[in-house]
Amino acid sequence: MPQIEVRGLAKTFRVAERLPGLAGAFRGLFHRRMRDVHALGGIDFDIERGELVGYIGPNGAGKSTTIKILAGILNPTAGTCRVDGLTPWRDRRRHVARIGVVFGQRTQLWWDLPVIESFDLLRDIYRIPSEAYRDNRDRLIALMDLEPLLDVPVRQLSLGQRMRSDLAAALLHGPSLLFLDEPTIGLDAVSKLAIRDFVRELNRDRQVTVLLTTHDMDDIEALCQRVMVIGNGRILVDGSVAALRRRVRNERVLVVDYDSAGEAGRVDAEGEGVRLVERDASRVRIAFDPDRIPAATLIGALLAQGTPHDLFIEHPPIEQTVAELYAEHDMRER
Amino acid sequence: MNAAALLLRYLAISLRGQLQYRASFLMAALGNLLNCLIELAGIWVLFDRFGNLSGWSFAEVAFFCGAVNATYAIGELMATGFDQFGTLYVKTGDFDRLLLRPRSTVLQLAGHELSLRRLGRLLPGLVIVVVAWGALDLPVEADRFALLAFAMAGGVAFFFALMVLQATMCFWTTESLELMNILTYGGVETASYPLPIYHRLFRRFFTFVVPLACIGYFPIVAVLGVDDPLGTSRMFQVAAPLAGFAFLGVAIGVWQLGVRRYTSTGS
Repeated sequence: MPQIEVRGLAKTFRVAERLPGLAGAFRGLFHRRMRDVHALGGIDFDIERGELVGYIGPNGAGKSTTIKILAGILNPTAGTCRVDGLTPWRDRRRHVARIGVVFGQRTQLWWDLPVIESFDLLRDIYRIPSEAYRDNRDRLIALMDLEPLLDVPVRQLSLGQRMRSDLAAALLHGPSLLFLDEPTIGLDAVSKLAIRDFVRELNRDRQVTVLLTTHDMDDIEALCQRVMVIGNGRILVDGSVAALRRRVRNERVLVVDYDSAGEAGRVDAEGEGVRLVERDASRVRIAFDPDRIPAATLIGALLAQGTPHDLFIEHPPIEQTVAELYAEHDMRER
Repeated sequence: MNAAALLLRYLAISLRGQLQYRASFLMAALGNLLNCLIELAGIWVLFDRFGNLSGWSFAEVAFFCGAVNATYAIGELMATGFDQFGTLYVKTGDFDRLLLRPRSTVLQLAGHELSLRRLGRLLPGLVIVVVAWGALDLPVEADRFALLAFAMAGGVAFFFALMVLQATMCFWTTESLELMNILTYGGVETASYPLPIYHRLFRRFFTFVVPLACIGYFPIVAVLGVDDPLGTSRMFQVAAPLAGFAFLGVAIGVWQLGVRRYTSTGS
């Protein structure tokens, strides 16, 4: 049985329309026009125990709404959802005791408390048995390199340090399911790598199921076997990262370096399933569709024309893939 | 860890935090102390001019005043999280954080902060009660103490409930409404005087709708050992503080409705 089972989940918010100007604001005091915003238009998916799923989409597409519903802090308008046999928003307190949630934008720790005291307080809030707590805490402190931060009040931490502490805090009670809402937002490269390594190990070694939302496609490429793309409240693609690429454009880029610009200039790269992307001094970039022309054939044809000193194949960056997918579905950021 | 122990932990942490800002704590406590003394001075001036208040002596009225101030101080002390709920939790969206934890939201907010400055109202309140006790020559008996303690416990529940109701409104209005101050500060002011001096409508309101008299006037009449000019029985007076707990029960019910609204609107 899947750990998360979502069927027909929909959420509609009623928001008051703001009328322009001061006069409008006054009129709004007495008479308000309400407008329905469909954040989720009935989505379905299953997530199996131990999966690491990326959840992407433009701002306002419904990512956070989904996470909030799955975490039990928002009631949907329609649809069902079972997480480990519980309905999150109905069994909220039992449900949240078994999950971990990290919001990149907002800390779950106490602003004025040193990190270690936040941890101790969480032990009491989650009723973690002392032994399990000590084991978990010490392991997380070692893994996230938190030792030097333990006595620092949370408000004095850098963003990266805070995020590491937040991740550790969300795992003290040993949840089997972790929701990460933009955990790498605003982090420097080193911190991002640390977070990614940690999440990967957590998933691999402890079989923690992870649902990760992000705008950083490197997170997805580095971590996720599976990715779901949401737009306008609907799930557009649900599958492997490779399938997502295929679905949009099945194209790779062959990069060929020659010894001189003259040699590169003589390359003829037009034909069935092949097009020249750019010629940059002694480098040529050629896009090709591997279903129509095998890489070996293309390379053979190039070798017949000259002698490159280096060549390699690039996958198009997934940002581009997703941008094309959004364009295909005519999604603008709302 | 059970709820009570967790609450104590929360509060211990809050206390330590406040002691770091000693000057601010002292000033605020001093302000509360002055407030309380000025209130008492107002009553004294009244008595100095008129001698008594429809048969009630200065010491008796001071007893009411001291008891309700001390009670309110404890209630407010415990409900600081609710008092600042709109600005600290709804506006910022931080209420989500409380919902993500496997504990009741009421418990977590009660543990938000133990505001030490409220001691400035608690201590003089208690001193006034003790001095009035002596001035009235009341016998020092266990059951009188027990009844006073029971009345104060009911009163703490009552004032806590008012704060919970005030916070609940934030689910609809976002910002804390000062409307409830009519009942909190106004309530303290009102309960500082014996109930019979008020109009019948007021008496009904503060007995049956907002049971302020049930945690103040009625049980204290029994503690003072005087007959109630309104003709209530001793039994009623002794049981009256239960209304404070019932009121808290209602307030928590309303709070749950507010939480349900929050979780369906997400803001």
